[in-house]
Amino acid sequence: MASDASPAVAPPADHGAGRQTILQRVASLRAWLFLLALLVGFEAWARAAYGVTFLGNTFNLQSIAIFAVAPLLLATGQTFVIISGGIDLSTGFVMGLAAVVAALVVGWANAVLSPPFAVLMGVFAGVLVAGVPGLVNGVLVAFLKVPPFIGTLGMFGVARGVAFLLATGTTVPVSNPVLAQLGNGRLWGVPWIVIVTALFVLLMHYVLSQTRFGQHNYAIGANAQAARRAGIDIRRHLVRLYVLSSACAGLAGVLYTARFSAGAAQAGEPLILDSVAAVVIGGASLFGGSGTILGTVAGAFVIAVIQYGLVFVNVKPFWQFIAVGVVIIISVLIDQAQRAFAGGRQSE
Amino acid sequence: MSEAPLLEVRGLSKSFGAVQALRDLSLTLRAGEVVALAGDNGAGKTTLIKAVSGVYPPSSGEILLDGRPVRFGSPQEARAQGIETIYQDLALADNLSIGANIFLGREPVRRAFGFLPVLDRRAMAEAARATMARLDFHVSRMDAPVSNFSGGQRQAVAIGRAVHWNARVLIMDEPTAALGVPEQRKVLSLIRQLREQGRGILFISHNLQDIFAVSDRIVVLRRGVEAGARRIGETTHEEVVRLMIGG
Repeated sequence: MASDASPAVAPPADHGAGRQTILQRVASLRAWLFLLALLVGFEAWARAAYGVTFLGNTFNLQSIAIFAVAPLLLATGQTFVIISGGIDLSTGFVMGLAAVVAALVVGWANAVLSPPFAVLMGVFAGVLVAGVPGLVNGVLVAFLKVPPFIGTLGMFGVARGVAFLLATGTTVPVSNPVLAQLGNGRLWGVPWIVIVTALFVLLMHYVLSQTRFGQHNYAIGANAQAARRAGIDIRRHLVRLYVLSSACAGLAGVLYTARFSAGAAQAGEPLILDSVAAVVIGGASLFGGSGTILGTVAGAFVIAVIQYGLVFVNVKPFWQFIAVGVVIIISVLIDQAQRAFAGGRQSE
Repeated sequence: MSEAPLLEVRGLSKSFGAVQALRDLSLTLRAGEVVALAGDNGAGKTTLIKAVSGVYPPSSGEILLDGRPVRFGSPQEARAQGIETIYQDLALADNLSIGANIFLGREPVRRAFGFLPVLDRRAMAEAARATMARLDFHVSRMDAPVSNFSGGQRQAVAIGRAVHWNARVLIMDEPTAALGVPEQRKVLSLIRQLREQGRGILFISHNLQDIFAVSDRIVVLRRGVEAGARRIGETTHEEVVRLMIGG
């Protein structure tokens, strides 16, 4: 009965500690490997079928990069939301709303300001207005406990309606030399919108991987109760999170307006599912708690390469939908297989 | 006996509407002591630890820390005073490392390139390694997510978090319930180490074997009142069971 008679038993060293770490590294690498395989595949296809190069053609690379800009920006915000265990379905039309607002504001500001300042106003207004649906999403999810799927679907409709009302049902053309330069100009052969996007995505990578905000985002996605007990203000975090997601969509909308010298309410309509797909292909789990911005970048490029590559090798465009759909399903299956394998030890 | 006990509960009562969950309960916990709370379901064990850890205020009665009366508005306030609760369902973020879990919500930040604030992962890993070494828990890979570890090891991480933040009173709700036998022994050895470090441990368990293996005293609750308190060397399984079921 003497309590200190039994020997102290030290917990043994962690024999399998490396296993899941390696698996997670593979998960973020998976999308990049897949992207590499796709590029090699299209190169081989283009050479075999038409005797031309796919990758050696600078125009192709530029087009793919431009093509990837908007879905990647939406997916960047979506990565944060999905890691937290939520989803943001509103981003497509938030992007359209920002595109319309940016076009309108640049148009009005052209009359009173010099072109660069008018553009600055437009960019600022577009991103700011985009933040409003994000704020509503955040309050709905964090304070009113609306499931993210439903809350953001509601804002999807509201943003859509407001964008079309502001645009009076048409596209809003805008003429400003600085805006046109931003949308179509190049620096050393690289389009400005690609440079802006790359810098922004790099910033978001930093936020997710190196800041307390990013760390709390992972913790909330894995175990919200643990995060709350650790003193993290989850509600404030969620509001910021959905504002961030909307701001990403806002930037995408502004760049759309720059590229086409016009704002359109339906600018982001086809992109919402592509953006979720990019996140999933990039190795994030829809159950929350895992995912990286670098993985999402690869995921967005996988989709862009499939879509552009199939056109390049003359496949009917409808095959794009099938190809992207199959890739999404395979990604989710791999994620689940990995969970089953890696999770074996926890479910004792 | 001259100095005040680490934690003292005096005449604590708690009712939820018409239901009196806890009636006039008193308890002391000294530094370097393990006190077990035993009792059937609904005896008031959980109500007691929730009142002590700041989850809800008592209806009446007092809680004293080092002889000074304290009132906690939230678990955070209790934690700031050195009372840490380790929950049965392991409040860890499985996808994060040991260090990140220990520092969750209080992460250290350093300046990269002199200006850019980034998480100080190395400091977290170092502190985690030092803390876990104090618990005789040696890990080769500090960057591995805690989902890699077994149930007992993760319990050690949860305890490590309390130790790192200098908890003086540790409240453990069924710390061995979800574990296999070898893992249970590890957790019990951790509890002994915490006692040797001079902390006070309030320990809820259904397992009399565990209680007798590790506790100094046992307080048995029945229907919200104290049914008996014994020094562990002066009682038996049979007596404790009798106190629990009454009669």
